[in-house]
Amino acid sequence: MTAATLPESRATLPDLSAEEIRRYSRHLILPEVGTVGQRKLKAAKVLLVGTGGLGSPSGMYLAAAGVGTIGVVDFDVVDASNLHRQLLYGMRDIGRPKLEAAAARLHDINPNVRVVPHAVRLDSSNALDVLRDYDIVVDGTDNFPTRYLVNDACVLLGKPNVYGSIFRFEGQVSVFWGAKGPCYRCLFAEPPPPGLVPSCAEGGVLGVLPGIIGCLQANEAIKLIVGAGDPMIGRLLLFDALRLSFRELKLRKNPECPICSEHPTQTELVDYYEFCGVPTPEEAEQGDAEIDVTVQQLAGWLRRGDAVTVVDVRTDQEREIATIDGALHIPVQEIERRLGELDQAHRVVLFCHHGPRSTRATHLLRGAGFPKAYNLKGGIDEWSVAVDASVTRY
Amino acid sequence: MSIIIQIPTPLRRFTGESGEVSVDATTVGEALLRLVETHPDLRPHLYANDGKLRTFVNVFKNDEDVRFLEKDATSVAPGDRLTIIPSIAGGSRRDRTSR
Repeated sequence: MTAATLPESRATLPDLSAEEIRRYSRHLILPEVGTVGQRKLKAAKVLLVGTGGLGSPSGMYLAAAGVGTIGVVDFDVVDASNLHRQLLYGMRDIGRPKLEAAAARLHDINPNVRVVPHAVRLDSSNALDVLRDYDIVVDGTDNFPTRYLVNDACVLLGKPNVYGSIFRFEGQVSVFWGAKGPCYRCLFAEPPPPGLVPSCAEGGVLGVLPGIIGCLQANEAIKLIVGAGDPMIGRLLLFDALRLSFRELKLRKNPECPICSEHPTQTELVDYYEFCGVPTPEEAEQGDAEIDVTVQQLAGWLRRGDAVTVVDVRTDQEREIATIDGALHIPVQEIERRLGELDQAHRVVLFCHHGPRSTRATHLLRGAGFPKAYNLKGGIDEWSVAVDASVTRY
Repeated sequence: MSIIIQIPTPLRRFTGESGEVSVDATTVGEALLRLVETHPDLRPHLYANDGKLRTFVNVFKNDEDVRFLEKDATSVAPGDRLTIIPSIAGGSRRDRTSR
């Protein structure tokens, strides 16, 4: 099977230079790839959404394989905490925009590849324009709003979405292609409520896991381009790194899918932050003045000896790395049944690593009759930066 | 009749970190009810207040989605494996949308 959006006629495919023939010789002697397959790779345009844990290996292998045009979407800068899994980057890249560092690395792997940077946060206003010029989209994003956005944009544009997702020790791979099979929404019609599924930043992820899953995504993209093998359309691969087990499930097209069925109820992109019930990145950055206190405010209260209970809602593992002295430990999932340990008359300040978990916990407390419950804006990380540098950052 | 329910990582904190739960049941609906009886903290994550399975909860009997079989009424026999498929979104950067 060949991707409908890819150039198929031999006459229109670009030729390979002598250098390319030498470089790709191990591909060229594979009957499933051959010269024509390699020329298809050269003609292909693949968009990587996200150049992090998944985008690192998929991008490097797609560049090495000779995909002619690789678009990269990212707006982040390289952080030390990326390096345990994002092998596109090294020590010298810390603080550098990911797009810049990724383009340099991909060029170094294969100078024949044209890398097209898209320094944007993908959203409903720009997604169709960014995706339109590509044959295949490789989804390596980290959040539900962007997952649904990428899916819907791919369905509307008729493009295959090579999906990979990871959490802790568990990975998923599929090819969602509304024109030929189920899409992401056929499986996950609606997102889970905010907070049920922690992000990798909260829940952690085994560094090698995105390496495995990202390589599988590159494999699927290459198969779609050269037209070899059985693409993962209509199948979902589940990978468990702890057991080292692979399982495959059958996916079916939902005849009532709101976006990819014959009679869709949604024919354009929507507001995916609203759809997922999460604040926009700008809103999240600003915080919630109603419930937030700054680390300086809390430090002042503690210095004055005000009656304030500080509650750490993080996990035991995180507390082993760093703590705020005197904090009461109630993991976020236990807050609801341990309300009795808190005093409604006093200020209660909740904190986590950066703020999302303690924000949810603060809303819960406010709803349960704690008018003086507050969220520590920026979490223990901000506390370390602005108040107490002896607290280890992680 | 004992069947195995596989618990995805995001829900294991409600099953005492156990990845597989064995229950006696003859239908998918019954198996899930046994599961939340044994692990009550799971209930709000699988069922809405009206007692219906939440829409984002995907249950597979062996390799088939029960929505395309007989949903809750799908029969199960010893040796069958039910798998709850989680929505996971992790990929690259820190989760900016919920920070």
